[in-house]
Amino acid sequence: MSAVIENHHDDHHHGPAKGLKRWFYTTNHKDIGTLYLWFSFAMFLIGGAMAMIIRAELFQPGMQIVEPEFYNQMITLHGLIMIFGGVMPAFVGLANWLVPMMIGAPDMALPRMNNLSFWILPFAFFILLSSLFMEGGAPNFGWTFYAPLSTTYAPPSTTFFIFSVHIMGASSIMGSINVIVTIMNMRAPGMGLMKMPLFVWSWLITAYLLIAVMPVLAGAVTMMLMDIHFGTSFFNAAGGGDPVLFQHIFWFFGHPEVYIMILPAFGIVSHIIETFSRKQLFGYSSMVWAMLSIAILSFVVWAHHMFTVGMPLAAELFFMWSTMLIAVPTGVKVFNWIATMFRGSITFETPMLFACAFVVLFTLGGFSGLMLAITPADFQYHDTYFVVAHFHYVLVPGAIFSIMAAVYYWIPKWTGNMYDERLGKLHFWLSFVGVNVTFFPQHFIGLAGMPRRVPDYALQFADWNMVSTAGAFLFGFSQVFFLFIVIKTVVGGKKATAQVWEGARGLEWTVDSPAPYHTFTTPPKVS
Amino acid sequence: MTNVRSLIFSIKKQFTVILFALSNKASAEWDDLNMTQGATAISREVYDLHMLIFWICVVIGVLVFGVMFYSMYAYTKKKNPVAATFHENTKVELAWTIIPFLILIAMAVPASKTLQSIYNDEAGDINIQVIGHQWKWQYRYLEDDVNFFANLSTDLDEIYNKVPKGENYLQEVDEIVVIPVGKKVRFLITANDVIHSWWVPAFAIKQDAIPGFINTAWTIVDEPGLFRGKCTELCGKNHGFMPIVVKAVEQDEYDLWIKEKQAGAIALAELTEKDWTAAELVERGESLYIKNCVACHGPNGAGVTGIFPALAGSDIVLNNKTRQIEILMEGVQGAAMQSYAEQLAEVDMAAVITYTRRSWGNAEKGDGEIVVPKDIVEYKKAKI
Ligand code: HEC
Ligand code: HEM
Ligand SMILES: [Cu+2]
Ligand SMILES: [Cu+2]
Repeated sequence: MSAVIENHHDDHHHGPAKGLKRWFYTTNHKDIGTLYLWFSFAMFLIGGAMAMIIRAELFQPGMQIVEPEFYNQMITLHGLIMIFGGVMPAFVGLANWLVPMMIGAPDMALPRMNNLSFWILPFAFFILLSSLFMEGGAPNFGWTFYAPLSTTYAPPSTTFFIFSVHIMGASSIMGSINVIVTIMNMRAPGMGLMKMPLFVWSWLITAYLLIAVMPVLAGAVTMMLMDIHFGTSFFNAAGGGDPVLFQHIFWFFGHPEVYIMILPAFGIVSHIIETFSRKQLFGYSSMVWAMLSIAILSFVVWAHHMFTVGMPLAAELFFMWSTMLIAVPTGVKVFNWIATMFRGSITFETPMLFACAFVVLFTLGGFSGLMLAITPADFQYHDTYFVVAHFHYVLVPGAIFSIMAAVYYWIPKWTGNMYDERLGKLHFWLSFVGVNVTFFPQHFIGLAGMPRRVPDYALQFADWNMVSTAGAFLFGFSQVFFLFIVIKTVVGGKKATAQVWEGARGLEWTVDSPAPYHTFTTPPKVS
Repeated sequence: MTNVRSLIFSIKKQFTVILFALSNKASAEWDDLNMTQGATAISREVYDLHMLIFWICVVIGVLVFGVMFYSMYAYTKKKNPVAATFHENTKVELAWTIIPFLILIAMAVPASKTLQSIYNDEAGDINIQVIGHQWKWQYRYLEDDVNFFANLSTDLDEIYNKVPKGENYLQEVDEIVVIPVGKKVRFLITANDVIHSWWVPAFAIKQDAIPGFINTAWTIVDEPGLFRGKCTELCGKNHGFMPIVVKAVEQDEYDLWIKEKQAGAIALAELTEKDWTAAELVERGESLYIKNCVACHGPNGAGVTGIFPALAGSDIVLNNKTRQIEILMEGVQGAAMQSYAEQLAEVDMAAVITYTRRSWGNAEKGDGEIVVPKDIVEYKKAKI
């Protein structure tokens, strides 16, 4: 009798399957979130290893460990893997874990598509990485793949690169549709749009951005494919095409893309600062409006990446002004975070340390961004290490720190175990020092005139490049340490309570730690 | 309007004072860490803009981070066990939306002005066409019929750490662009293969060189001097190795230089008439090969598998003299192999071809035939 009941029970509640099957067949948002997070961690380490090769070559002037041709392949793959394999899947993983729990839904709206959108990703990156072993080598034209370097003059593996970008795009679009449908249809009764947690808001906006721009990227690579194999001349001047058209299309995708990589970070940091300040977030509705205006503005600033291509004066002025305008909503967000901390009751657990570093260092990246927006000055900054410093400040202590903060913040909910606070803090300080030692000097070498994407440089840049490389290795090794901390937490540790953090608010903190395989099978009531 | 202007002016003045104090202390080191002030009115304007924005950012940063660090220090749980409960304040929120907006306008006004003067681009006194090639720059003086290519002149041995690096490592070229001071020099920038970008920081000129387009930039240099720049758009393997060197000289020195260049071209043409032996051609060809071909086909003619074919043992180089001349004269459509018809005079063309046919064991494996300048002249005639 009892055996029968047990079976019955299993049938209805779909506990996790055993072994590998669980991971291949799963439609559970928590499992898929875990897959995404581990996958992005693996990509982060691979892309990081490539960064180490780049930095090692730049340790001293002269060619030491790689050839220029291979160097170009490394910067290309490093950029592509960090963006499409590191940051984006990590945010999708966080969305999978958190969005249903935050809005009181039992799962994502489209669970089978969820499975598919994850499982095509490993193939995309397998294809991309395998191009390293093809004749002519991997793509070598930078992650921005400007034509005609990426068409007429590209290695044969470019076709595989195009295929892999298509797969990544399909995965992102499916993921976004899932997020939107879930948020629009599955919120618990009583949770109006303006009551949604900010992480949910940030992902709703991000998902719309993704759906708007991933097809544009797909269009760009398809036109490349046509130029390479089917005799068209979209980007080939000799055939009547236009190489600058490529850049317009690419950056129409590319600029919203950079906001895709930072909006979810805004959401995460808002939650963490609120929790550890033990004070309600300042200016919730202005936070939402700021994200919306950033998202909309992000469609009309793209050509600030192209100030030197020779646009007419009117266009240069328009893109300068529109870009400067983005600083206003971005400033509002920073002010709100600080106002939340002001007169709060603050403690500095690891997630809060990462969040505070995010606010400071992301803002530094914002300042250099503002400088880059000033067109005449950008004529000097463009394509130098000043730009490399800028985008690494917004990506590494920006996007990546927010992801790490999120992991420390929610891992007790995911695993039921507290991470080791002492190790977490050590990891934070190593990363913080590492990031600044790596990227701060790059402002100087950029201003002094070192171009980006070069394997070798003039002697006056030698000292700071050496410092930068030392910082990079410190940062790199700290991330291996992070891997150790995460594994240690998954395996065991102090048991976490449901509430976990004293000041935490939100539905995810009302369920047990670890969160049961199924949560909110009956929706909670939100007042 | 005048108010805004005078405000900007006084801010600028304040900053210059601070900056001056700072730069007095460590002017040498500071220069190595900051944007150059350059050698033209425009470049100094750009530098001033850069410093203006920089200091505005510093001030905002000090204020904002000041409040943040104060909160982190004064409102810890220990010092303030119970948090305040405010979470909105319309006035404050309006203020921190509007004030940044005004600051931005104060930045945009001088920036737009400078941009306008940069774009004020009438015909120059001297027009130089700048053409980017993988991986060298070509300069064509449109009025004076002077035309040459500038290659990196740093030794491969320096790059591969076999000998100590010189002072101008990677910033030196075999042919320097010479311009006169005080004249408006206009650059018409384009490219032959992929996109490059012509950057000379001292002129605050960075202009993409795009195949099929001609972009313009101009400069008026006040004082004689030597100015170094680089390609700043990833253009393939040797993107890091195509520097720019411009020398500004007085007008009479410039005129002399133009005459010398024109005379040199005539002398080179005369060499075509001479009777050349195989050994002489090989000798002349070696340095030409190193300068023009090594980047792709390698020092031993081995190429790079899958991208650049080997010349050692290549069937064309061994046995097909006619086709080889054709490849060098016309280039290969849609491949990195460009036409050298313009870059190499007839003697030099013959010399470099003969060199490849006689080196790396090719003479023994193939027909060993040499190419003399007359063959090139004939090829050119046949084409007409
Ligand atoms: C920018 C790179 C590059 C440079 C510089 C270059 N080549 Fe080439 N070369 C190529 C490529 C690529 C091909 C193959 C073209 C094809 O058939 O697709 C090629 C083909 C050739 C061939 C035909 C070889 C064969 O077996 O098909 C010869 C001969 C040749 N190059 C000679 C030279 C000489 C001589 C120079 C110097 C004056 C030179 N190349 C400079 C890239 C270059
Ligand atoms: C260990 C940390 C990292 C180091 C040391 C590092 C180092 C570098 C270096 C040296 C370059 C080449 C610069 C050039 O020559 O143009 C580069 C490019 C780039 N990096 Fe990183 N990086 C790190 C982390 C990241 C992360 C986390 C991201 C993304 C979130 C990222 C995104 C990029 C991008 C987009 C490029 C431009 C690629 C291109 O030029 O095509 N990097 N990085
Ligand atoms: Cu942008
Ligand atoms: Cu270049």
